[in-house]
Amino acid sequence: MNVPNNLKYASSHEWSKLEADGTVTIGITDHAQEALGDIVFLELPQVGRKLKAGEECAVVESVKAASDIYAPISGEVIANNQAAADAPETINEDAYGNWLFKIKPNNVADLDALLDAAAYTKVAES
Amino acid sequence: MNKQTPLNSAHRQLGAKIVDFAGWDMPLHYGSQIEEHHYVRRDAGMFDVSHMLAVDIEGPGAAPLLRLLLANNIDKLQQTGQALYSCMLNPQGGVIDDLIVYFFRADFYRLVVNAGTADKDLAWITQYANDVKSTINAATKTVTIKPRRDLAIIAVQGPNALVKTWQALNGSEAASSALKPFSAAWCDDVMIARTGYTGEDGFELILPATQAEKTWNALLEAGVKPVGLGARDTLRLEAGMNLYGQDMDETVSPIESGLAWTIALDSARDFIGKAALPSSPKQKMVGLVLLDKGVLRAHQKVFTTKNEQGEITSGSFSPTMSQSIALARVPIQVAYGDTLDVEIRDKRLKARVVKPPFVRNGKILA
Repeated sequence: MNVPNNLKYASSHEWSKLEADGTVTIGITDHAQEALGDIVFLELPQVGRKLKAGEECAVVESVKAASDIYAPISGEVIANNQAAADAPETINEDAYGNWLFKIKPNNVADLDALLDAAAYTKVAES
Repeated sequence: MNKQTPLNSAHRQLGAKIVDFAGWDMPLHYGSQIEEHHYVRRDAGMFDVSHMLAVDIEGPGAAPLLRLLLANNIDKLQQTGQALYSCMLNPQGGVIDDLIVYFFRADFYRLVVNAGTADKDLAWITQYANDVKSTINAATKTVTIKPRRDLAIIAVQGPNALVKTWQALNGSEAASSALKPFSAAWCDDVMIARTGYTGEDGFELILPATQAEKTWNALLEAGVKPVGLGARDTLRLEAGMNLYGQDMDETVSPIESGLAWTIALDSARDFIGKAALPSSPKQKMVGLVLLDKGVLRAHQKVFTTKNEQGEITSGSFSPTMSQSIALARVPIQVAYGDTLDVEIRDKRLKARVVKPPFVRNGKILA
């Protein structure tokens, strides 16, 4: 299973990456894209939307099903990935290279509550 | 423990993602559902559909029984091997199952029924077989109902399906080159039917389970790609074909499920459910093509400009059209070409009403 060590994970299969400027980039894991199958549509949160941790904020739809994406931590959306929305299949090709949205976190320390790679691997394998 | 078809280990060897379908372990896909869909539209793909059940109905009581049980009329079947699509109705006019009936002799028919309804169908058919035996000239109208779990079914579908099947199976070309669509012939103990559930040309092979793996491997060698149930669903949806349990069930008449063409009302023949069929239905089935971005799904609500409501029964992304399509049950006055609203989560998106099928023989029609 492809679970990079430099990312944090939610048990609902989102990854979060802390950037040098203090913002956080969010996407879905390789395990999630594989479980979903061919992805054909993304619904992404508007820039400026304020998210609470655990809130439904995006939808990833594969041929098979629609899957809700939850905000891993609280913060304000500062970007969404239009390139991925225009070519959703790129998430199947590279789930970590093709992010969904970026947030400015209310509190960067909230990331500590998320899972590390080893803990997420256990969740994904169970 | 789920049931397994004779091809279960073949699927696992090919790396299939196995899922539960109606109590069976079945392949969902072997990698990419969309690629598998395209194989069938552009070349040739094969499906293991051995979870479906062949049921042989034999004896002098076979025809009287099927005249009573089926909404379509088996007397349309005159040539050996001819096939007919029909619903089997309950007395309320709801659909117990949809099936294909093959005619071989006046005293030998074969039904192929859905996996999820097979036990229910068998109980239903057997109950009426006993009635037929007791009420219609009991001495001569014997009928036997034989579920054939000893058989496997492989559907080979696509523009190159016929040629590749002939390449793979010795003697199959001579046996089936003259077959018309919706008819079947025998090649030794393999029944070759020119039928399918994809909107493409092709065969369904009904064969002894003991020969399934050998035949599957021969088809692989001839260049037929394995295709899972995922692509089977998008292919049948593009072809505008109903899925039992989703687009029709025991609570809705076939007339409101787009299947009026399968009900033979043009004779004095009585059949179960006939009296209950609605003479002026309030709803009908149409196709929808989503004009906005998104994906139509079963159970999403549909609204006319007058805010009358309908519901999507099957929806997905169409790999051939690269947009989302659906079958929907809508108020009867909705017309092809109308634009409807579909409620997807908190939004209303526009969809155009079309007459299914959406795709046939590789061509986009809708």
